[in-house]
Amino acid sequence: MPPIPDWSEPWPWLVTDVIRETRDTVTLGLTPHEPFSFLPGQFNMLSLPGIGEVPISISSDPADHARVLHTIRDVGAVTRALCAARPGDKIGVRGPYGTDWPVAPAAGGDLVFVAGGIGLPPLRPALLAALARREQFGRIVLLYGARTPGDLLFTKEIADWRARYGLDAEVTVDTASPSWHGNVGVVPNLVSRAPFDPLTATAFVVGPEIMMRFTVQALLAAGVAGDCVYLSMERNMQCAAALCGHCQLGPFLICRDGPVFCYERLARWLLVREL
Amino acid sequence: MTMRYALRYDALDRLLDAIRRRGFRLVGPVLRDGAICYGDIASVHDLPAGWTDEQDAGTYRLRRRDDDAFFGYNAGPQSVKKYLFPPSARLLPPEPEPAEKFAFIGVRACELHAIAIQDRVFLGGRHPDPRYAARREGAFIVAVNCGQAGRTCFCVSMDAGPRATSGFDLALTELVADREFLVETGTERGAEIIAELGCPAAAEEQKAAADAVTERTAAAMGRAMPELDLRDLLYDNLDHPRWDDVAARCLSCGNCTMVCPTCFCFSVEDVSGLAGDNPERHRSWDSCFTVDHSYLHGGAVRASVRSRYRQWLTHKLATWTDQFGTAGCVGCGRCITWCPAGIDMTEEVAAIAADS
Repeated sequence: MPPIPDWSEPWPWLVTDVIRETRDTVTLGLTPHEPFSFLPGQFNMLSLPGIGEVPISISSDPADHARVLHTIRDVGAVTRALCAARPGDKIGVRGPYGTDWPVAPAAGGDLVFVAGGIGLPPLRPALLAALARREQFGRIVLLYGARTPGDLLFTKEIADWRARYGLDAEVTVDTASPSWHGNVGVVPNLVSRAPFDPLTATAFVVGPEIMMRFTVQALLAAGVAGDCVYLSMERNMQCAAALCGHCQLGPFLICRDGPVFCYERLARWLLVREL
Repeated sequence: MTMRYALRYDALDRLLDAIRRRGFRLVGPVLRDGAICYGDIASVHDLPAGWTDEQDAGTYRLRRRDDDAFFGYNAGPQSVKKYLFPPSARLLPPEPEPAEKFAFIGVRACELHAIAIQDRVFLGGRHPDPRYAARREGAFIVAVNCGQAGRTCFCVSMDAGPRATSGFDLALTELVADREFLVETGTERGAEIIAELGCPAAAEEQKAAADAVTERTAAAMGRAMPELDLRDLLYDNLDHPRWDDVAARCLSCGNCTMVCPTCFCFSVEDVSGLAGDNPERHRSWDSCFTVDHSYLHGGAVRASVRSRYRQWLTHKLATWTDQFGTAGCVGCGRCITWCPAGIDMTEEVAAIAADS
């Protein structure tokens, strides 16, 4: 029998760009050890020796195989150290893992992206993939919310997508500053007045679980079919190889069966608290 | 085709020796810390001859037998899991795996099923675990068909015993009164050793006696699972009040997961010297009874004991099937015996089944 490759062995990737997005969020541009392919919605395991390893969604354009972006919010010891990386540093990377957003199957109808907070970066590759073949879709809608205006990610890019591709973007914040003239409130509230055709629309949703629950309710109430709604789920994850048992969600291992799930498959499990 | 032979008590040592001479590290039952555990053995003198155990919910006691049976006991606190999937291991830099292959002596039918289940978890997916593979591959297994059932045993309910049907090189049935074993060969290399020892083919009455041993054991199971689709039962009762009831008794100590021969959860942790030097990455057994197991930035998903007990039980009996195509429980009863609160999973399932 040939030796089994070690799933736990990371490759050293070079940090080439460090983009500070907000006070607590950084995008790292990494050069892979060899040309790297991934599907929108997939994630990598990022690690620093002696500090730890965490799953981080890939936030770059899937067409770019030479520079891979990860947008990281500083929420713990490992993400803090990753956010402090500098160009020239090496970061341990293994991946890509997990299921992807079904962008191609959604062609022919409207596309609705709904993001809460750090949920926008995992949607960015799918958004870019859809915009790259803009003509194949009807309306492309982005509904995005963050805590405060200062926490909004990719604001310049969203404006650019609006102008160049006719993206219908609605942005909201939980808490506004005096200079904010946009929406105030939670993301699910944007769904009912968003300009999409529920009969043809496919929706991709990422955010805190509570936000996703209410967003799904709003999408279903608007008339979107349950099998046209996709969510990206999150649980503690320590191996990404379907071995460590941490990312269980009922019958699913999120690293293997997710993170992207069709709502229909998840519906019964989302009703159970503390699953 | 498997063949059955007779092996006298006084030839057991030669059997162990023949296995060792083939380069295996012999691991078998030994008396240690007031229990029958797995450890390195050099000869039959290390086996717990004449000892047995008394088990019940929250109870384990060693007792003297009134004969000198070598394998006259039930599943102890340890399983061969501790060798195939050690409690802690270094991932980075990679740790060399032992060069010697294991030979496990005295493995019960439930444990063979547990090994088969862990094979599916660690080797059956897209990312097989090279450490488990290195230890598992080529391991020699001498199974023992149980001659008695413990009070916490329910392998019959889980279709996992008491007779070993596959996954062994040799399977012994101890015929205590006749001071001999009936040996069944499961593999070529097992048959080779039996041929080398010159064991005679078993007589019909010896075969009948051996069959009677496992039949008697099967009829004497201390516990049983309700006979219904456990997966459907649990999926339909994720909010049953019984979870609150058991949560009031459960200490969330994780003992059940530590003694379970199929539990595979591990956590990964980085360590380094104080100055950040010598970084290493380790994995160690984890338990879904810890709050950390479900920790996600900001808090635990399963903060209550109720949700953690439910996670464990439904994983064993229901979600495991969706995840790995097999149930995660073999009915060995260790979780019942070693629960300090004496919680009995068969009783918990029965309580849920009673009003469903």
